[in-house]
Amino acid sequence: MVTAFSHSAGRPRVGLFVTCLVDLYRPTVGFAAVRLLEQAGCVVEVPAGQTCCGQPAYNSGDRATAADLARATIALFDGLDYVVIPSGSCGGMIRKHYPALLADDPVWGPRAAALAERAFELVSFLTDVMKVGAVTARCPARVTYHDSCSGLRELGVKEQPRRLLASVEGVELAELPGAEVCCGFGGTFCVKYPDVSARMAGDKADDIAATGADLVLAGDMGCLLNIAGTLSRRGSPVAVRHVAEVLADMTGDTPPIGAKG
Amino acid sequence: MSDARSQVLGAIRAALGGGDRAEARRTAAERIAAHARNIIPARTNRPAGELANLFASMATEVAATVERVVDLDGVPDAVAAYLASLNLPAEARVAPDVAGLPWDRRPTLTITAGPARDGDAVSVTGAFAAVAETGTLMLTSGPGHPTTLNFLPDTHIVVLPRSRIVATYEDGWDRLRAEGAVPRTVNFVTGPSRTGDIEQTIQLGAHGPRRLHILLVEGA
Amino acid sequence: MESTAHRFPENARRALTDENLQYMLRKSATGFQLRRRMAADRLPEFEDLRDQGRDIKNHTLAHLDVYLEAFEAKVNEAGGHVHWCPTAADARNTILRLCQAAGAKTVTKGKSMIAEEIGINDHLEAAGLVPIETDLGEYIIQLRKEPPSHIIAPAFHVRKEQVAEAFRAAHTDLPPDRPLDEPRELITEARLMLRRRFQEADVGITGANFLIAETGATVIVTNEGNGDLTQTLPRVHVVIASIDKVVPTQEDAATLLRLLARSATGQEFSAYTTFSAGPRRAEDADGPAEFHVVLLDNGRSKLLGTEFQEVLRCIRCGACMNHCPVYGAVGGHAYGWVYPGPIGSVIDPALIGIEKAGHLPNASTFCGRCEAVCPVRIPLPKMMRHWREKEFDAGLGSPAVRRGLGVWGWFVRRPRLYHAAARLAVRVLRRFGAPGPLAAGWTAHRDLPRPEGRTFQELWAERNRRSGRGEA
Repeated sequence: MVTAFSHSAGRPRVGLFVTCLVDLYRPTVGFAAVRLLEQAGCVVEVPAGQTCCGQPAYNSGDRATAADLARATIALFDGLDYVVIPSGSCGGMIRKHYPALLADDPVWGPRAAALAERAFELVSFLTDVMKVGAVTARCPARVTYHDSCSGLRELGVKEQPRRLLASVEGVELAELPGAEVCCGFGGTFCVKYPDVSARMAGDKADDIAATGADLVLAGDMGCLLNIAGTLSRRGSPVAVRHVAEVLADMTGDTPPIGAKG
Repeated sequence: MSDARSQVLGAIRAALGGGDRAEARRTAAERIAAHARNIIPARTNRPAGELANLFASMATEVAATVERVVDLDGVPDAVAAYLASLNLPAEARVAPDVAGLPWDRRPTLTITAGPARDGDAVSVTGAFAAVAETGTLMLTSGPGHPTTLNFLPDTHIVVLPRSRIVATYEDGWDRLRAEGAVPRTVNFVTGPSRTGDIEQTIQLGAHGPRRLHILLVEGA
Repeated sequence: MESTAHRFPENARRALTDENLQYMLRKSATGFQLRRRMAADRLPEFEDLRDQGRDIKNHTLAHLDVYLEAFEAKVNEAGGHVHWCPTAADARNTILRLCQAAGAKTVTKGKSMIAEEIGINDHLEAAGLVPIETDLGEYIIQLRKEPPSHIIAPAFHVRKEQVAEAFRAAHTDLPPDRPLDEPRELITEARLMLRRRFQEADVGITGANFLIAETGATVIVTNEGNGDLTQTLPRVHVVIASIDKVVPTQEDAATLLRLLARSATGQEFSAYTTFSAGPRRAEDADGPAEFHVVLLDNGRSKLLGTEFQEVLRCIRCGACMNHCPVYGAVGGHAYGWVYPGPIGSVIDPALIGIEKAGHLPNASTFCGRCEAVCPVRIPLPKMMRHWREKEFDAGLGSPAVRRGLGVWGWFVRRPRLYHAAARLAVRVLRRFGAPGPLAAGWTAHRDLPRPEGRTFQELWAERNRRSGRGEA
């Protein structure tokens, strides 16, 4: 599937779309993604002009803003072999929704479709494109994993993170009951309907507690902030991290998301 | 009313882009005439001899009871024994199309024929066909089979000749078309009446029969 | 039914603190889901059937006028009558007229969402008739004077103790010492009570899951058998159905029926699937003497040819709400109009207007489970997004959210300014936490995790400067 690479002795040039939430909240995830991609043999670039994939506008009915952001993103990643995103929902936006959003645009429609074909969520890119079967990392913990909705249902990310986690030394994976149920984040949903969102997040926290895990992982910062904020409000000792941090062996570099102090 | 009719149809046509509908009519008429089958589940793909087993196991799964009877003459005995086993009175309201069975073999059994009346506890009817795919009976209304017998009594006993078992609903429709005019009502019955309306707990016998007993007649 | 969809947030808050409702929602949270999964797994062809179900409905919608004409011709041939009704009021009046022509006092009803949509019970009652719901769940909510909270399980929200209470209040000849503690006892009581009603009814009204163009048959799918008693015992049978219910052939119906029960309750097939065409024949021993089909448009034709056309594929199985985490949290009444859950969030704005129902398509996380389980693959999240677009274009929706998005939209289109603002913002957030009204929605229920303190972009640029690599 990987054919002619444009650069660096057959190593694919990968543009990292950091995502706005990783950029703002959790730069560690960006660096974890870079490390994993480099370990997999990629040359990583981070186009500086990137801001947001446009999903908040798109899901709020503001197609014009979403289309502006889509065009800007498409232009930024021109010429790169792949664009990789450490998020299922931003990945879904670029891969599934850009082509739909720009379908009627004779210039940008084809470009959106071309980018969509080269766009991947981080973990599935590692396993499915770069054929990574294992990582070198250590994390002695009972771990549970939440399947973020967009990654799961738009991009089919399900067993890939589990497969790589199985290769992490010390990880004991406890499956999360209701792993495929939404955590209640939903972008602007969580502030527009905070009570409903809180009920959903509360159920997720209950399910997490039931696993007896020390650490909960997911592949999407939105869900992770919601889960971390909910667990922290409850005084739960369960730590929260992006799955890339564990796979990149960076759990020693930064405290978990939302950890006090 | 014709105004309302053209209003609705006109709105649909306008929304669909208007224009001449002759082509559309042809397409529809062809599709209707073709009776084309869509995907048929492979589970029914088995020798005719095994369809009865599939039917029986599917019907049993939905809480019907299936009893095998050697021939039609054995039906009165089976009915009497079934009623006795449940301590039910030896009385049944039967459909005209099974009224000709040798009921006089069991003189203690009180048999009357006709549509169900309020208070009838047990009915006995035939079946036009049975669909093995889901253990479903295909019952057709007509002078020989009043529809009320399928619903009013608490216990419904169905006499099902093995030769009437088909693989799929589609086979049932084919058979119905082959054997004459389509009746007013075709009841596909899969197990006894049930409801989950009280706290999503499944209970049998909501309005229709609480018991559905199928006498599968091997030699008919 | 008067809509309270515009009060969704308050409705939802009330639902979240309603102990009985929450008990039922939690009790029933995964039952439908597990049963659907098992039924789907057991049928290897299930996914292909979903494609075919979608295609059958797409074909029918593209030829809707001609299939309806064909259906009507067959109904006439069988001795029945079709009544075309552009609006809900037309349908109400037609049904009342039919009941009055039959000299009816008591009218029994099978479960029908269209009947809820047009509000037929109130209309009949106002004219002095007595409509009796015969589906157990519908009967319970009729006694409780409330609308259904689920399209296939109307009393989804009611506990058995509340059912007993409703029965004791309504069944005045019920001895007070008769136990009504268990579902079995409640069902027996309802069965006895409704048996009398079936016998005394002059008109029976049912809905229809499908209308068959080939034969003029209407199809009802039930588990209780109430629909069959409703349509067989009274002298007049009135079917109320919307125009999107027609399918070409019995074979097409068979395909959709293979999807319906499995998607709805996880059954292989519902207990009773009944095809009926026309009144009783001269030689028949029972059945109604008159057969009427009230065919309702009520705004559906306007959806054809639009981005919402696909919603007309719906076969009303309820799988979308059974799998919806929002429905699972607040139940059906919070949605405030006839159709709850994801399907309601698409249909309700079409039928009562986005200005009234704007909350519904917004009250979704777009988690996608509804689309993942829809037997006819309706892209429900996409359609909810289309409603949000309509709302946005019309300048509706929360002004605070619009303002917030406006400011955000200005920044994200200007990367340099955005990154400068981001660098500042994360430092403020790290030190002081989140201020502002948007944050209140978040912090009322959960903490806002502190950011690491510097943006990735800034750290990446720094790393590249140190390692001598240029900024990409």
